[in-house]
Amino acid sequence: MSDVQDYNSSLSDAAQSRKYETFSYLPPLSAESARAQIQYIVDKGWNPGIEHTEPENAISNYWYMWKLPMFGETDVDVIMAEIEACHKAHPNNHVRLMGFDNFAQSAGTAMVVHRGISV
Amino acid sequence: MAKTYSAGVKEYRETYWMPDYTPKDTDILACFKITPQDGVPREEVAAAVAAESSTGTWTTVWTDLLTDLDYYKGRCYAIEDVPGDDTCFYAFVAYPIDLFEEGSVVNILTSLVGNVFGFKALRALRLEDIRFPVAYVMTCNGPPQGIQVERDILNKYGRPLLGCTIKPKLGLSAKNYGRACYEGLRGGLDFTKDDENVNSQPFMRWRHRFDFVMEAIHKAEAETGERKGHYLNVTAPTADEMMRRAEYAKEIGAPIIMHDYLTGGLSANTQLAQWCQNNGMLLHIHRAMHAVLDRNPHHGIHFRVLTKILRLSGGDHLHSGTVVGKLEGDRDATLGWIDIMRDSFIKEDRSRGIFFDQDWGSMPGVMPVASGGIHVWHMPALVSIFGDDSCLQFGGGTLGHPWGNAAGAAANRVAVEACVEARNMGVELEKEGKDILTKAAAHSPELKIAMETWKEIKFEFDTVDKIDVAHK
Repeated sequence: MSDVQDYNSSLSDAAQSRKYETFSYLPPLSAESARAQIQYIVDKGWNPGIEHTEPENAISNYWYMWKLPMFGETDVDVIMAEIEACHKAHPNNHVRLMGFDNFAQSAGTAMVVHRGISV
Repeated sequence: MAKTYSAGVKEYRETYWMPDYTPKDTDILACFKITPQDGVPREEVAAAVAAESSTGTWTTVWTDLLTDLDYYKGRCYAIEDVPGDDTCFYAFVAYPIDLFEEGSVVNILTSLVGNVFGFKALRALRLEDIRFPVAYVMTCNGPPQGIQVERDILNKYGRPLLGCTIKPKLGLSAKNYGRACYEGLRGGLDFTKDDENVNSQPFMRWRHRFDFVMEAIHKAEAETGERKGHYLNVTAPTADEMMRRAEYAKEIGAPIIMHDYLTGGLSANTQLAQWCQNNGMLLHIHRAMHAVLDRNPHHGIHFRVLTKILRLSGGDHLHSGTVVGKLEGDRDATLGWIDIMRDSFIKEDRSRGIFFDQDWGSMPGVMPVASGGIHVWHMPALVSIFGDDSCLQFGGGTLGHPWGNAAGAAANRVAVEACVEARNMGVELEKEGKDILTKAAAHSPELKIAMETWKEIKFEFDTVDKIDVAHK
């Protein structure tokens, strides 16, 4: 059994075990990849939106909206700046980027771009 | 002037072959591939198919004259060669919408693939496609929730969903079975699945399975913070028993249940789908028996028809084949029926075997499920072929991981997210797949071992049921 590796996940170790959907099994996105993901949302014609939550309340559907979804915003730098502003205002919270697809009336994608301090 | 009665046998083509007929928007249209007995003229046998699948019988009867048969009859309005095959031809038949009970795929199939398939003048017969007019579509209930609602219920956006069928398919006790589910779910799967054969056998009765599996779901949700599900198979010997199991699944808070729509039957399936819609449950559909009906290129019912039937009868997931795994599935044809499952309007496209435009009106879509002999090395191709609105199911490809189910699940989750990340950055998945996975494996020992375990496994056999194209 010496070559079998244990799977490290538990109720008590939140930082290690809690996941937040798309890309949460990858290392944090690089700056280059984060820009590319935002560009992807823009290219799809989706509306970017930023939401945040205390880590202990992450299971709720409704995270706090940071301002309003950025309808029609296509400038990656502007979107990046809003993400950073939200993170700065709520440094302990998870911050996620949404791409709202108004034709599907659903999110096209969602990814956590800043992980808060898990409890 | 009224018609007069004249007993005897008329040639079918006198009544049912109408090459000048223009189909109405409300007609149900069918394309049959007909292989006639030697020496029977095409028009006669095609007209016979139209007759036997609608109003006709082998001889004239006096009661024909009590109604307006010229209105109610099926009309064969076109005949075409089958590219690359001289033994058969396509016949296109239009049926007036009044011939079918509203909201009943049962009634449609009873007519279109009923007695006519045993007709002696035919050597073989295959129903290739049906065009359901939107007027008929809107009489059907359709998928209980649809793809967008499923995503909202599960809070999963921007990637394919991941599942795993629990193996061995038969013989586990309920408690051990729940353990296998828990391990897969905590490792990063969205769903685990009952194998289709798992109903309520002596070694594991359904109620124990449901209880243990729900505990697995609850614990994995608390541990990962993500929403999870398990397709609880409610397929049962009677519809009453099926409903009993469905009610219990709802009572214990399961988000999704499962049914085998062909072996379980279409009446039962439609009933269950309506119940799911009324009770906020997702419905996963398995397709056991489909290959009996759809694999022979000359006889039976094409899978694209079975796909349309399911979308009308109701289901949120349907197995679609994988193209790349261990089970039969031509790539272009598979892309065709994936569109039929998900899109709201599909254009005629013979290169993908689609014979008619199909308008689904406001009916929600069905999520295709790719399952059968797939593993991490297939992930780039699967994400490329299926896109986000799909469920990729790795059974052996999860449970067969040398470190167990959780590690197998994590390997697949890392692989799918790496592929989605790369795709969103504009990388061509099928070309760069190896690099993407190798890079991702650098920070995932689970993925690295999975890649070493399955690197040599391929399923390269020629497809039996191909799209009809000239190949001579």
